[in-house]
Amino acid sequence: MKFTEEHEWLREEDDIVVVGITEHAAEQLGDIVFVELPDVGTEVSKDDEVVVIESVKAASDILAPIDGEIVEVNEMLVNEPSKVNDDPMGEAWFFKIKPAEPGQMDDLMDEAAYNKFIA
Amino acid sequence: MSETTDALLPLPLKALHEELGGKMVPFAGYEMPVQYPMGVMKEHLHTRAAAGLFDVSHMGQVLISGADPDTLALALESLIPAAVLGLAPGRQRYGLLTAPDGGILDDLMFANRGDHLFVVVNAACKAADIAHMQDSLPGIRVEEVTDRCLLALQGPGAEAALAALAPQVAGMRFMDVAVIAIDGAEVWVSRSGYTGEDGYEISVEADRAEALARALLAQEGVSPIGLGARDSLRLEAGLCLYSHDITTDTTPSEAALNWSIQKARRTGGARAGGFPGAERILEEIASGPARLRVGLRPEGRAPMREGVQIFEGDAQIGQVTSGAFGPSLQAPVAMGYVPVAQATPGTLLEAELRGKRAPLRVDSLPFIPANFKR
Repeated sequence: MKFTEEHEWLREEDDIVVVGITEHAAEQLGDIVFVELPDVGTEVSKDDEVVVIESVKAASDILAPIDGEIVEVNEMLVNEPSKVNDDPMGEAWFFKIKPAEPGQMDDLMDEAAYNKFIA
Repeated sequence: MSETTDALLPLPLKALHEELGGKMVPFAGYEMPVQYPMGVMKEHLHTRAAAGLFDVSHMGQVLISGADPDTLALALESLIPAAVLGLAPGRQRYGLLTAPDGGILDDLMFANRGDHLFVVVNAACKAADIAHMQDSLPGIRVEEVTDRCLLALQGPGAEAALAALAPQVAGMRFMDVAVIAIDGAEVWVSRSGYTGEDGYEISVEADRAEALARALLAQEGVSPIGLGARDSLRLEAGLCLYSHDITTDTTPSEAALNWSIQKARRTGGARAGGFPGAERILEEIASGPARLRVGLRPEGRAPMREGVQIFEGDAQIGQVTSGAFGPSLQAPVAMGYVPVAQATPGTLLEAELRGKRAPLRVDSLPFIPANFKR
């Protein structure tokens, strides 16, 4: 699993990458009450705003961690946004992306580096 | 409101907040707990179901004294449109400091405590409010109380919790004020708050505040609640937040606060006018303002927050001034200003959210009926 400085995690499954936010991020955001997901088929570039998540108090964006095409979104979060607080690293993934450029993930942090980053 | 991280003033209960797991944030120049481990959503629901203890010590506590009661009342009436003269000793009222053009400088609570008035003002406005009162009321003493904390105990369990320490508070009615002793400390209590729930605000000497807070937290059903839930509670209750829903650019009538201007101060009343902005404010009470603060219910789950623009067709007709997710309603709620023609509850409008239009409906306020002990 890889991590970004924006507190996303990326997990490779065959030739696609599953993206969510870390437990640390979910805790910082507080109670999540709304999630707006991108359309499947959207081509995104790294750092594009792809998901809007809102907590009771504030709105935040999730940025595309790599270039690619959104191939699946987690529709469950639309009706159950609080899943992001309950299981951010598991059930509450946000989207799956087909990378445009293999190797783009290589520069991202591994778990040890991420833990150090948030410490 | 812009916040800087330097020069933040710690409040006397800081150590207790940290012990309770409070997440401290800068707010109006102070370091304040925004939430505790329970989280904003549960803190909000807990306050509506049981009782929440809030530290609101950042707010300004002001004593107005130095003349006979009628003179003090008339002095304050020269700055606010509410009736102060005639407010019985032991009673409190909501009022507005107004500007010469009819805008609102701050909202406040004032209490008649016999030989003086006790006023509570907003944290961010307190320095300006006090200077304004001192400058405008020659011969009257206007002093900030700097050695007391202010706690708010709110929710249906508030009466039982405070009465366990001071039984006489159970007999107080909404907007009563009293000076009582709790464990040897002189405590100034009002049966009021800003959540729409029954409850009390309690002013206590700073060095006694932690003991009182701990005694209240030891009562069944009382939990510490942060500023996050305070904001969502007051929004569901349809209560204005200064510098958001009311500002120097909004008038009392526009803000739907005519109820805070009693008959005696209105045209034809015994003491009509005589406050800053009276001409415009009284004219708007008579003829109605052009726009009005309304409740707004976004359809769907997306919260619509401050600054979101409101449209009817292609025309931008208004703007959201407060918006969040309402935990009690499990739906987004907002307040904002729209022209009077569009202010009728049920009117369907649109808001622009992240470049897309989304429907929202005008609703009556409050979203959650008040639970005051009148």
